[in-house]
Amino acid sequence: MASGVKPRVKVPKTAAAGETITIKTLISHKMESGQRKDDDGNPIPRSIINRFVADFNGENVIDVVLEPAISTNPYFQFDAVVPEAGEFKFTWYDDDGSVYETSKEIAIG
Amino acid sequence: MNSTQKLTSVLAMIAAASLATVISAGPDEDSLVVNEEIEIVTEAKAPAHLEHVDTIYSGWRFRSDETQAVQMDDFDNPAMIFVEAAAEAWDTVEGNAGKSCASCHNDVASMEGVRAVYPKWNEAAGEVRTVEMQINDCRENRMGAETLKYTGGDMAAMVGLISSVSRGLPVNVAIDGPEQSTWQKGKEIYYTRYGQLELSCANCHEDNYGNMIRADHLSQGQINGFPTYRLKNTKLNSVHARFKGCIRDTRAETFKPGSEEFIALELYVASRGNGLSVEGPSVRN
Repeated sequence: MASGVKPRVKVPKTAAAGETITIKTLISHKMESGQRKDDDGNPIPRSIINRFVADFNGENVIDVVLEPAISTNPYFQFDAVVPEAGEFKFTWYDDDGSVYETSKEIAIG
Repeated sequence: MNSTQKLTSVLAMIAAASLATVISAGPDEDSLVVNEEIEIVTEAKAPAHLEHVDTIYSGWRFRSDETQAVQMDDFDNPAMIFVEAAAEAWDTVEGNAGKSCASCHNDVASMEGVRAVYPKWNEAAGEVRTVEMQINDCRENRMGAETLKYTGGDMAAMVGLISSVSRGLPVNVAIDGPEQSTWQKGKEIYYTRYGQLELSCANCHEDNYGNMIRADHLSQGQINGFPTYRLKNTKLNSVHARFKGCIRDTRAETFKPGSEEFIALELYVASRGNGLSVEGPSVRN
């Protein structure tokens, strides 16, 4: 089901302590809504990313519930305060049970 | 406020309103830099063979600020998802010769400059060839692999990958060598009215660029940004698919993608953009 799924994130390599940075994330995913029908008229089962979470050093930054109306390749851009050097961890949860993870280090400088 | 003042202010409002109309009727004044490093020429003096246009503009200049912004960073540009997939395909061995694109061409960076000069005369084959035709020629004759569908997703992505390494270089297709008769044919098609609506390419993209066609802002129909990620269908679109769409919209029977007619038209339309930067994969409506 989940073919061609690839998470991508863009986080600055460094930031000043306490600085607010912009994070961009995108995961390539079909986001099949469950509303469409195939050529034979049978409904195509829903298959979407249903949750997206970003954590910084174990602390939650953003937790998003995604609904079927969200279009293909969901993209999130958000701001986060960076109090110290550490690691951003990004997790996407797929309807089919797959979990996609990626992480980015950020240094203070 | 006396009546003279009233009249003056009303006139000023009309003047302001009509000025705003004039401004929105042309390309905007924005300039395009991709990834804060690749400077893209979106406005240039028209090549000498163009009779009715003085300045050529990339289609990027006719889009809204929001759409323009999406193309300014590769992370934001959804076309890059397809380009990344094509980069994997570039290194993937396919066919019975046991080769990938990279086996002969090494890194895709070696393709720098290719997109800028295509469609191009191929001496051995004695015909004008598009990038798509070259890709399929390689696949069939060197890799022993199946050819890709001319306007299919895999093909558009591969052309997008090859195009992406030429971004910023000026489009410079040759038109007065052995390809001249093909170019001439393309020019004829460009100025021929097709379909029940009896529209030629020129009627919209030469006579009326900058004007609105219903809710859409007509560009000059330049193809320096192809393949193009369109927001309307969320995929990469090839030049010939776009040609087909345009001719269909005139309510005509269209030529086939990959046909002689469309190859000729692609050469001619590409030559109308000689001097603009290669921009593909671009983002448009």
